[in-house]
Amino acid sequence: MEVYFDNAATTKVAKEVVDAMIPFYTENYGNASSSHKWGQKAEEALEDSRKRIAECLNARAEEIIFTGSGSESNNFALKGIARANKEKGNHIITSKIEHSATLESCKSLEGEGFSVTYLDVDKEGFVDLEDLKREITDKTILVSIMHVNNEIGTIEPIDKIGEICKENGVYFHVDAAQSFMKVPIDVKKINADLISLSAHKIHGPKGVGALFIKSGTDIRRFVDGGSQEMRKRAGTENVPGIVGFAKATELIKGEDIKHMAKLRDKLISFLEKIPDSRLNGPKGDNRVCNNVNYIFKFIEGESIMSLLDMKGIAVSTGSACNSDNLSPSHVLSALGLPHEIIHGSIRFSFSRENTEKEVDYLMKVLPDVIKKLRNISPYSRENQNV
Amino acid sequence: MYNEKIIELFQNPKNHKKIENPDGIGKYDNPICGDSMWISIKVGKNDKGEEIISDIGVQTFGCIAAIASSSEVTELAKGKTLEEAKKITRADISEHLGGLPPIKEHCSNLAVDALKKAIEDYEGKK
Repeated sequence: MEVYFDNAATTKVAKEVVDAMIPFYTENYGNASSSHKWGQKAEEALEDSRKRIAECLNARAEEIIFTGSGSESNNFALKGIARANKEKGNHIITSKIEHSATLESCKSLEGEGFSVTYLDVDKEGFVDLEDLKREITDKTILVSIMHVNNEIGTIEPIDKIGEICKENGVYFHVDAAQSFMKVPIDVKKINADLISLSAHKIHGPKGVGALFIKSGTDIRRFVDGGSQEMRKRAGTENVPGIVGFAKATELIKGEDIKHMAKLRDKLISFLEKIPDSRLNGPKGDNRVCNNVNYIFKFIEGESIMSLLDMKGIAVSTGSACNSDNLSPSHVLSALGLPHEIIHGSIRFSFSRENTEKEVDYLMKVLPDVIKKLRNISPYSRENQNV
Repeated sequence: MYNEKIIELFQNPKNHKKIENPDGIGKYDNPICGDSMWISIKVGKNDKGEEIISDIGVQTFGCIAAIASSSEVTELAKGKTLEEAKKITRADISEHLGGLPPIKEHCSNLAVDALKKAIEDYEGKK
Protein backbone atom coordinates (compact mmCIF):
# COMPACT_ATOMS: atom_id res chain seq x y z
CA MET A 1 0.00 0.00 0.00
CA GLU A 2 1.25 3.50 -0.86
CA VAL A 3 0.19 6.14 1.63
CA TYR A 4 1.10 9.83 1.44
CA PHE A 5 0.80 11.48 4.86
CA ASP A 6 3.06 14.46 4.16
CA ASN A 7 0.48 16.91 2.85
CA ALA A 8 1.78 19.78 4.99
CA ALA A 9 4.94 19.57 2.86
CA THR A 10 3.01 19.53 -0.38
CA THR A 11 -0.05 17.93 -1.96
CA LYS A 12 -0.88 16.08 -5.15
CA VAL A 13 -2.08 18.45 -7.86
CA ALA A 14 -5.75 17.64 -8.42
CA LYS A 15 -6.74 16.39 -11.87
CA GLU A 16 -9.30 19.18 -12.20
CA VAL A 17 -6.48 21.64 -11.52
CA VAL A 18 -4.19 20.16 -14.16
CA ASP A 19 -7.07 20.12 -16.67
CA ALA A 20 -7.76 23.79 -15.99
CA MET A 21 -4.09 24.69 -16.40
CA ILE A 22 -3.20 22.85 -19.62
CA PRO A 23 -5.01 25.17 -22.08
CA PHE A 24 -2.98 28.08 -20.70
CA TYR A 25 0.21 26.32 -21.72
CA THR A 26 -0.91 24.98 -25.07
CA GLU A 27 -3.58 27.32 -26.48
CA ASN A 28 -4.08 30.49 -24.48
CA TYR A 29 -0.40 30.97 -23.89
CA GLY A 30 -0.31 34.71 -24.48
CA ASN A 31 1.38 37.20 -22.17
CA ALA A 32 -1.31 38.78 -20.00
CA SER A 33 0.27 42.18 -20.66
CA SER A 34 -0.15 41.90 -24.47
CA SER A 35 -3.21 43.53 -26.06
CA HIS A 36 -3.85 40.97 -28.82
CA LYS A 37 -6.37 38.16 -28.56
CA TRP A 38 -3.89 35.72 -26.97
CA GLY A 39 -2.92 38.27 -24.37
CA GLN A 40 -6.52 39.20 -23.64
CA LYS A 41 -7.48 35.60 -22.99
CA ALA A 42 -4.59 35.23 -20.56
CA GLU A 43 -5.48 38.50 -18.86
CA GLU A 44 -9.12 37.52 -18.54
CA ALA A 45 -8.12 34.23 -16.87
CA LEU A 46 -5.66 36.04 -14.62
CA GLU A 47 -8.24 38.56 -13.41
CA ASP A 48 -10.92 35.91 -13.00
CA SER A 49 -8.50 33.90 -10.85
CA ARG A 50 -7.64 36.96 -8.80
CA LYS A 51 -11.32 37.56 -8.16
CA ARG A 52 -11.86 33.98 -7.08
CA ILE A 53 -8.91 33.92 -4.68
CA ALA A 54 -10.08 37.27 -3.26
CA GLU A 55 -13.56 35.85 -2.64
CA CYS A 56 -12.06 33.10 -0.47
CA LEU A 57 -10.85 35.81 1.91
CA ASN A 58 -13.85 38.11 1.40
CA ALA A 59 -11.34 40.58 -0.03
CA ARG A 60 -11.37 42.71 -3.19
CA ALA A 61 -9.65 41.42 -6.31
CA GLU A 62 -7.19 44.30 -6.45
CA GLU A 63 -6.00 43.36 -2.96
CA ILE A 64 -4.52 40.06 -4.24
CA ILE A 65 -0.97 40.05 -5.62
CA PHE A 66 0.28 36.82 -7.16
CA THR A 67 3.77 35.68 -6.20
CA GLY A 68 6.01 32.69 -6.82
CA SER A 69 5.47 30.96 -3.45
CA GLY A 70 4.31 31.31 0.14
CA SER A 71 7.93 32.03 1.05
CA GLU A 72 8.06 34.89 -1.43
CA SER A 73 4.82 36.27 -0.02
CA ASN A 74 6.32 36.29 3.49
CA ASN A 75 9.49 37.99 2.22
CA PHE A 76 7.38 40.53 0.34
CA ALA A 77 5.17 41.30 3.35
CA LEU A 78 7.96 41.70 5.89
CA LYS A 79 10.53 43.48 3.77
CA GLY A 80 7.94 45.50 1.86
CA ILE A 81 6.33 46.87 5.01
CA ALA A 82 9.59 47.39 6.89
CA ARG A 83 11.30 49.28 4.07
CA ALA A 84 8.28 51.46 3.33
CA ASN A 85 7.68 52.37 6.96
CA LYS A 86 11.14 52.80 8.43
CA GLU A 87 10.52 56.50 9.03
CA LYS A 88 7.72 55.49 11.40
CA GLY A 89 9.69 52.92 13.32
CA ASN A 90 12.20 50.11 13.16
CA HIS A 91 10.59 47.46 15.35
CA ILE A 92 8.96 44.22 14.20
CA ILE A 93 7.30 41.52 16.32
CA THR A 94 7.02 37.89 15.30
CA SER A 95 7.10 34.53 17.08
CA LYS A 96 9.74 31.87 17.58
CA ILE A 97 7.72 29.25 15.70
CA GLU A 98 7.25 31.03 12.37
CA HIS A 99 8.16 29.51 9.03
CA SER A 100 11.81 29.95 8.05
CA ALA A 101 10.77 32.40 5.30
CA THR A 102 9.52 34.75 8.02
CA LEU A 103 12.39 34.18 10.44
CA GLU A 104 15.04 34.56 7.76
CA SER A 105 13.36 37.72 6.42
CA CYS A 106 13.50 39.09 9.96
CA LYS A 107 17.21 38.26 10.15
CA SER A 108 17.80 40.11 6.88
CA LEU A 109 15.92 43.10 8.23
CA GLU A 110 17.99 43.03 11.43
CA GLY A 111 20.98 43.42 9.12
CA GLU A 112 19.31 46.53 7.69
CA GLY A 113 18.97 48.09 11.15
CA PHE A 114 15.52 46.85 12.17
CA SER A 115 15.03 45.34 15.60
CA VAL A 116 12.92 42.18 15.91
CA THR A 117 11.18 40.68 18.94
CA TYR A 118 10.61 36.92 18.73
CA LEU A 119 7.69 36.05 21.00
CA ASP A 120 7.77 32.86 23.04
CA VAL A 121 4.93 30.38 22.74
CA ASP A 122 3.35 28.18 25.41
CA LYS A 123 3.74 24.41 25.47
CA GLU A 124 0.99 23.95 22.88
CA GLY A 125 2.46 26.58 20.59
CA PHE A 126 0.14 29.53 21.31
CA VAL A 127 1.38 33.10 21.31
CA ASP A 128 0.57 34.95 24.53
CA LEU A 129 -1.56 38.03 23.84
CA GLU A 130 -0.31 39.81 26.97
CA ASP A 131 3.27 39.27 25.81
CA LEU A 132 2.35 40.79 22.47
CA LYS A 133 0.72 43.86 24.08
CA ARG A 134 3.75 44.32 26.31
CA GLU A 135 6.20 44.20 23.41
CA ILE A 136 4.44 46.76 21.18
CA THR A 137 6.17 50.13 21.41
CA ASP A 138 5.81 53.40 19.51
CA LYS A 139 8.60 52.11 17.24
CA THR A 140 6.67 48.95 16.28
CA ILE A 141 5.52 48.96 12.66
CA LEU A 142 4.61 45.32 12.01
CA VAL A 143 3.45 42.15 13.73
CA SER A 144 3.81 38.90 11.78
CA ILE A 145 2.21 35.74 13.19
CA MET A 146 1.31 32.57 11.32
CA HIS A 147 -2.30 31.39 11.27
CA VAL A 148 -1.51 27.66 11.55
CA ASN A 149 1.86 26.28 12.51
CA ASN A 150 3.22 23.96 9.83
CA GLU A 151 4.76 21.46 12.25
CA ILE A 152 2.33 21.16 15.14
CA GLY A 153 -0.93 22.47 13.68
CA THR A 154 -1.63 25.10 16.35
CA ILE A 155 -4.21 27.67 15.19
CA GLU A 156 -3.09 31.05 16.52
CA PRO A 157 -5.72 33.54 17.76
CA ILE A 158 -5.31 35.86 14.77
CA ASP A 159 -8.65 37.57 15.41
CA LYS A 160 -7.46 38.80 18.82
CA ILE A 161 -3.94 39.56 17.54
CA GLY A 162 -5.56 41.60 14.76
CA GLU A 163 -7.54 43.63 17.29
CA ILE A 164 -4.42 44.39 19.32
CA CYS A 165 -2.60 45.50 16.17
CA LYS A 166 -5.51 47.71 15.15
CA GLU A 167 -5.69 49.37 18.59
CA ASN A 168 -1.98 50.11 18.37
CA GLY A 169 -1.94 51.23 14.72
CA VAL A 170 0.50 48.48 13.74
CA TYR A 171 0.42 46.49 10.50
CA PHE A 172 -0.50 42.81 10.93
CA HIS A 173 0.79 40.10 8.59
CA VAL A 174 -0.61 36.56 8.73
CA ASP A 175 1.21 33.64 7.12
CA ALA A 176 -1.76 31.51 6.11
CA ALA A 177 0.11 28.98 3.95
CA GLN A 178 -1.01 26.05 6.11
CA SER A 179 -4.48 27.32 6.97
CA PHE A 180 -5.85 28.63 3.68
CA MET A 181 -9.08 26.78 2.80
CA LYS A 182 -8.84 24.75 6.03
CA VAL A 183 -9.50 27.48 8.58
CA PRO A 184 -11.74 30.32 7.36
CA ILE A 185 -10.33 33.82 7.10
CA ASP A 186 -12.62 36.76 6.48
CA VAL A 187 -10.73 40.01 6.12
CA LYS A 188 -13.91 41.96 6.87
CA LYS A 189 -13.94 40.35 10.30
CA ILE A 190 -10.26 39.83 11.01
CA ASN A 191 -8.01 42.83 11.04
CA ALA A 192 -5.20 41.51 8.86
CA ASP A 193 -3.32 43.86 6.55
CA LEU A 194 -1.31 41.20 4.78
CA ILE A 195 -1.96 37.48 4.29
CA SER A 196 0.42 34.99 2.64
CA LEU A 197 -1.10 32.14 0.63
CA SER A 198 0.33 29.14 -1.19
CA ALA A 199 -1.22 27.03 -3.96
CA HIS A 200 0.59 23.73 -3.56
CA LYS A 201 -0.72 23.06 -0.05
CA ILE A 202 -4.27 22.82 -1.40
CA HIS A 203 -3.78 20.55 -4.45
CA GLY A 204 -2.68 23.46 -6.62
CA PRO A 205 0.61 23.71 -8.51
CA LYS A 206 4.01 24.48 -6.97
CA GLY A 207 5.58 27.85 -7.73
CA VAL A 208 2.45 29.92 -7.12
CA GLY A 209 1.60 31.99 -4.10
CA ALA A 210 -0.32 35.13 -3.33
CA LEU A 211 -0.18 38.03 -0.92
CA PHE A 212 -3.31 39.81 0.21
CA ILE A 213 -2.48 43.47 0.75
CA LYS A 214 -5.29 45.50 2.25
CA SER A 215 -6.07 48.64 0.26
CA GLY A 216 -4.17 51.63 1.56
CA THR A 217 -1.31 49.61 3.02
CA ASP A 218 2.02 51.36 2.63
CA ILE A 219 4.27 48.66 1.16
CA ARG A 220 7.41 48.80 -0.98
CA ARG A 221 7.30 47.17 -4.40
CA PHE A 222 8.99 43.76 -4.24
CA VAL A 223 10.22 43.12 -7.79
CA ASP A 224 11.26 46.06 -9.98
CA GLY A 225 10.39 45.95 -13.66
CA GLY A 226 7.12 46.05 -15.58
CA SER A 227 3.76 47.15 -14.27
CA GLN A 228 2.34 43.72 -13.51
CA GLU A 229 0.51 42.99 -10.24
CA MET A 230 -0.53 46.58 -9.46
CA ARG A 231 3.11 47.64 -10.04
CA LYS A 232 4.07 45.78 -6.87
CA ARG A 233 5.65 42.65 -8.31
CA ALA A 234 7.07 42.77 -11.81
CA GLY A 235 7.43 39.72 -14.05
CA THR A 236 5.22 37.98 -16.59
CA GLU A 237 2.46 36.32 -14.60
CA ASN A 238 2.42 32.53 -14.28
CA VAL A 239 -1.07 32.35 -15.80
CA PRO A 240 -1.40 28.53 -15.91
CA GLY A 241 -0.23 28.27 -12.30
CA ILE A 242 -2.52 31.06 -11.16
CA VAL A 243 -5.50 29.49 -12.98
CA GLY A 244 -4.61 26.21 -11.22
CA PHE A 245 -4.46 27.99 -7.86
CA ALA A 246 -7.93 29.46 -8.35
CA LYS A 247 -9.30 26.09 -9.47
CA ALA A 248 -7.84 24.41 -6.38
CA THR A 249 -9.81 26.74 -4.08
CA GLU A 250 -13.06 25.42 -5.56
CA LEU A 251 -12.31 21.83 -4.66
CA ILE A 252 -12.14 21.87 -0.87
CA LYS A 253 -15.53 21.58 0.76
CA GLY A 254 -16.74 21.61 4.34
CA GLU A 255 -17.04 17.82 4.37
CA ASP A 256 -13.36 17.52 3.43
CA ILE A 257 -12.41 19.45 6.56
CA LYS A 258 -14.60 17.15 8.66
CA HIS A 259 -13.13 14.10 6.95
CA MET A 260 -9.55 15.18 7.66
CA ALA A 261 -10.42 16.02 11.27
CA LYS A 262 -11.89 12.53 11.64
CA LEU A 263 -8.67 10.94 10.37
CA ARG A 264 -6.67 13.18 12.69
CA ASP A 265 -8.70 12.25 15.76
CA LYS A 266 -8.70 8.56 14.88
CA LEU A 267 -4.91 8.55 14.64
CA ILE A 268 -4.45 10.58 17.83
CA SER A 269 -6.73 8.18 19.77
CA PHE A 270 -4.63 5.28 18.54
CA LEU A 271 -1.27 6.92 19.29
CA GLU A 272 -2.39 7.76 22.82
CA LYS A 273 -2.20 4.04 23.58
CA ILE A 274 1.48 3.79 22.65
CA PRO A 275 3.55 4.06 25.85
CA ASP A 276 6.22 6.74 26.20
CA SER A 277 4.82 8.92 23.47
CA ARG A 278 3.07 12.29 23.39
CA LEU A 279 1.17 14.68 21.15
CA ASN A 280 2.72 18.01 20.18
CA GLY A 281 0.35 20.94 19.83
CA PRO A 282 -3.24 21.25 21.06
CA LYS A 283 -6.18 18.89 20.69
CA GLY A 284 -9.62 19.79 19.37
CA ASP A 285 -10.79 22.93 17.61
CA ASN A 286 -7.55 24.84 18.03
CA ARG A 287 -5.66 22.28 15.96
CA VAL A 288 -5.78 22.34 12.16
CA CYS A 289 -7.83 19.48 10.72
CA ASN A 290 -4.99 17.66 8.94
CA ASN A 291 -2.05 17.63 11.35
CA VAL A 292 -0.86 15.06 13.88
CA ASN A 293 2.60 15.57 15.41
CA TYR A 294 3.76 12.91 17.81
CA ILE A 295 6.86 12.13 19.79
CA PHE A 296 8.00 8.56 20.29
CA LYS A 297 10.54 8.57 23.09
CA PHE A 298 13.87 6.70 22.96
CA ILE A 299 13.97 6.49 19.15
CA GLU A 300 14.97 8.80 16.35
CA GLY A 301 12.74 10.36 13.70
CA GLU A 302 14.79 9.77 10.55
CA SER A 303 14.87 6.07 11.40
CA ILE A 304 11.11 5.96 12.03
CA MET A 305 10.44 7.92 8.84
CA SER A 306 12.66 5.61 6.77
CA LEU A 307 11.15 2.38 8.10
CA LEU A 308 7.69 3.80 7.34
CA ASP A 309 8.91 4.85 3.89
CA MET A 310 10.05 1.26 3.27
CA LYS A 311 6.48 0.22 4.08
CA GLY A 312 5.14 2.76 1.58
CA ILE A 313 4.14 5.48 4.06
CA ALA A 314 5.42 9.06 3.68
CA VAL A 315 5.71 11.24 6.82
CA SER A 316 8.18 13.86 8.07
CA THR A 317 10.29 14.46 11.19
CA GLY A 318 11.67 17.34 13.24
CA SER A 319 14.75 15.34 14.22
CA ALA A 320 18.18 17.00 14.04
CA CYS A 321 19.39 13.99 12.04
CA ASN A 322 17.06 14.90 9.23
CA SER A 323 17.89 18.60 9.01
CA ASP A 324 20.53 20.13 6.81
CA ASN A 325 22.35 21.73 9.75
CA LEU A 326 21.94 19.00 12.40
CA SER A 327 19.79 21.21 14.60
CA PRO A 328 16.43 20.04 15.89
CA SER A 329 13.13 21.65 14.88
CA HIS A 330 13.00 25.29 16.03
CA VAL A 331 9.26 24.91 16.58
CA LEU A 332 9.53 21.94 18.95
CA SER A 333 12.50 23.62 20.67
CA ALA A 334 10.32 26.71 21.28
CA LEU A 335 7.76 24.49 23.06
CA GLY A 336 10.47 23.86 25.63
CA LEU A 337 11.08 20.27 24.59
CA PRO A 338 14.58 18.90 25.15
CA HIS A 339 16.74 17.85 22.23
CA GLU A 340 16.50 14.09 22.80
CA ILE A 341 12.70 14.23 22.88
CA ILE A 342 12.51 16.25 19.65
CA HIS A 343 14.70 13.54 18.14
CA GLY A 344 11.68 11.20 18.04
CA SER A 345 9.12 13.56 16.49
CA ILE A 346 7.01 12.54 13.52
CA ARG A 347 4.48 14.66 11.62
CA PHE A 348 1.56 12.99 9.86
CA SER A 349 -0.39 15.40 7.64
CA PHE A 350 -3.52 14.48 5.74
CA SER A 351 -5.28 15.66 2.62
CA ARG A 352 -8.88 15.30 1.48
CA GLU A 353 -7.78 12.29 -0.56
CA ASN A 354 -6.53 10.20 2.37
CA THR A 355 -8.82 7.44 3.60
CA GLU A 356 -9.61 5.62 6.84
CA LYS A 357 -8.13 2.49 5.28
CA GLU A 358 -4.82 4.28 4.89
CA VAL A 359 -4.88 5.32 8.55
CA ASP A 360 -5.68 1.69 9.44
CA TYR A 361 -2.64 0.60 7.45
CA LEU A 362 -0.43 3.08 9.31
CA MET A 363 -1.87 1.85 12.61
CA LYS A 364 -0.97 -1.69 11.62
CA VAL A 365 2.60 -0.88 10.57
CA LEU A 366 3.66 1.77 13.09
CA PRO A 367 3.76 -0.28 16.33
CA ASP A 368 6.24 -2.74 14.78
CA VAL A 369 8.43 0.11 13.55
CA ILE A 370 8.51 1.65 17.02
CA LYS A 371 9.15 -1.73 18.63
CA LYS A 372 11.99 -2.55 16.24
CA LEU A 373 13.78 0.72 17.00
CA ARG A 374 13.08 0.64 20.73
CA ASN A 375 14.52 -2.88 20.87
CA ILE A 376 17.92 -1.56 19.83
CA SER A 377 17.78 1.73 21.77
CA PRO A 378 19.74 2.08 25.01
CA TYR A 379 17.05 4.32 26.47
CA SER A 380 14.03 2.04 26.16
CA ARG A 381 12.60 1.06 29.53
CA GLU A 382 13.48 -2.59 29.10
CA ASN A 383 17.03 -1.67 28.05
CA GLN A 384 17.88 0.83 30.74
CA ASN A 385 19.65 -1.64 33.04
CA VAL A 386 22.58 -2.35 30.72
CA MET B 1 21.14 9.49 0.12
CA TYR B 2 22.36 6.16 1.54
CA ASN B 3 23.90 3.23 -0.32
CA GLU B 4 22.52 -0.32 -0.26
CA LYS B 5 24.95 -1.62 2.36
CA ILE B 6 23.96 1.11 4.81
CA ILE B 7 20.27 0.52 4.22
CA GLU B 8 20.79 -3.22 4.69
CA LEU B 9 22.56 -2.68 8.04
CA PHE B 10 19.83 -0.27 9.09
CA GLN B 11 17.11 -2.80 8.31
CA ASN B 12 19.03 -5.70 9.83
CA PRO B 13 21.36 -4.21 12.43
CA LYS B 14 24.32 -6.33 13.54
CA ASN B 15 25.22 -7.06 17.17
CA HIS B 16 22.40 -4.96 18.56
CA LYS B 17 21.98 -6.82 21.82
CA LYS B 18 22.60 -6.55 25.52
CA ILE B 19 25.61 -8.37 26.93
CA GLU B 20 25.10 -9.88 30.35
CA ASN B 21 27.84 -8.98 32.82
CA PRO B 22 30.00 -7.06 30.33
CA ASP B 23 33.70 -6.50 31.03
CA GLY B 24 33.63 -2.99 29.60
CA ILE B 25 30.93 -0.44 28.72
CA GLY B 26 31.31 2.61 26.50
CA LYS B 27 28.46 5.11 26.43
CA TYR B 28 28.76 7.94 23.98
CA ASP B 29 26.27 10.73 23.48
CA ASN B 30 26.86 12.98 20.53
CA PRO B 31 26.55 16.63 21.58
CA ILE B 32 26.01 17.74 17.97
CA CYS B 33 23.13 15.65 16.70
CA GLY B 34 21.87 14.01 19.91
CA ASP B 35 22.48 10.39 18.91
CA SER B 36 23.68 7.87 21.50
CA MET B 37 25.56 4.59 21.26
CA TRP B 38 26.28 2.22 24.11
CA ILE B 39 28.78 -0.54 23.41
CA SER B 40 29.49 -3.42 25.82
CA ILE B 41 32.27 -5.94 25.42
CA LYS B 42 33.33 -9.29 26.79
CA VAL B 43 37.08 -9.82 26.87
CA GLY B 44 38.69 -13.24 26.35
CA LYS B 45 42.06 -14.56 25.22
CA ASN B 46 43.24 -15.91 21.90
CA ASP B 47 45.60 -18.90 21.59
CA LYS B 48 48.58 -16.54 21.80
CA GLY B 49 47.30 -15.37 25.16
CA GLU B 50 46.40 -11.87 23.87
CA GLU B 51 43.26 -10.17 25.09
CA ILE B 52 40.56 -10.10 22.48
CA ILE B 53 36.98 -8.86 22.18
CA SER B 54 35.20 -12.19 22.47
CA ASP B 55 31.72 -10.72 22.33
CA ILE B 56 30.32 -7.28 21.62
CA GLY B 57 26.89 -5.72 21.81
CA VAL B 58 25.65 -2.26 20.94
CA GLN B 59 22.51 -0.22 21.48
CA THR B 60 21.81 2.78 19.29
CA PHE B 61 19.52 5.78 19.63
CA GLY B 62 19.90 7.44 16.28
CA CYS B 63 19.42 7.68 12.57
CA ILE B 64 20.15 5.30 9.71
CA ALA B 65 23.82 6.31 9.58
CA ALA B 66 24.20 5.85 13.34
CA ILE B 67 22.63 2.37 13.32
CA ALA B 68 24.72 1.29 10.32
CA SER B 69 27.93 2.73 11.86
CA SER B 70 27.39 1.00 15.21
CA SER B 71 26.67 -2.26 13.37
CA GLU B 72 29.85 -1.90 11.33
CA VAL B 73 32.15 -0.95 14.22
CA THR B 74 31.01 -3.95 16.23
CA GLU B 75 31.47 -6.24 13.23
CA LEU B 76 35.02 -4.92 12.75
CA ALA B 77 35.93 -5.18 16.45
CA LYS B 78 34.54 -8.64 17.10
CA GLY B 79 37.34 -11.18 17.62
CA LYS B 80 40.08 -8.54 17.33
CA THR B 81 42.73 -8.03 20.01
CA LEU B 82 42.16 -4.95 22.15
CA GLU B 83 45.20 -3.33 20.55
CA GLU B 84 43.82 -3.95 17.05
CA ALA B 85 40.37 -2.76 18.03
CA LYS B 86 41.75 0.49 19.41
CA LYS B 87 43.23 1.24 15.98
CA ILE B 88 39.86 1.19 14.20
CA THR B 89 39.22 4.69 12.83
CA ARG B 90 36.17 6.55 11.55
CA ALA B 91 37.70 6.28 8.09
CA ASP B 92 37.65 2.47 8.42
CA ILE B 93 33.95 2.54 9.26
CA SER B 94 33.13 4.91 6.44
CA GLU B 95 35.18 2.83 4.00
CA HIS B 96 33.54 -0.44 5.02
CA LEU B 97 30.13 1.18 4.70
CA GLY B 98 31.00 2.34 1.19
CA GLY B 99 30.91 6.03 2.20
CA LEU B 100 28.55 8.04 4.38
CA PRO B 101 26.85 11.26 3.23
CA PRO B 102 29.10 14.19 4.34
CA ILE B 103 26.62 15.46 6.94
CA LYS B 104 26.53 11.95 8.47
CA GLU B 105 30.29 11.40 8.75
CA HIS B 106 30.14 12.27 12.44
CA CYS B 107 28.08 9.11 13.05
CA SER B 108 31.12 6.95 12.27
CA ASN B 109 33.10 8.96 14.82
CA LEU B 110 30.45 8.29 17.42
CA ALA B 111 30.78 4.53 16.86
CA VAL B 112 34.57 4.57 17.13
CA ASP B 113 34.46 6.70 20.29
CA ALA B 114 31.95 4.39 21.97
CA LEU B 115 34.18 1.38 21.20
CA LYS B 116 37.28 3.15 22.58
CA LYS B 117 35.39 4.06 25.75
CA ALA B 118 34.32 0.44 26.23
CA ILE B 119 37.93 -0.77 25.93
CA GLU B 120 39.16 2.00 28.26
CA ASP B 121 36.46 1.07 30.75
CA TYR B 122 37.69 -2.52 30.76
CA GLU B 123 41.34 -1.50 31.03
CA GLY B 124 40.61 0.94 33.83
CA LYS B 125 38.99 -1.82 35.89
CA LYS B 126 41.95 -4.21 35.58
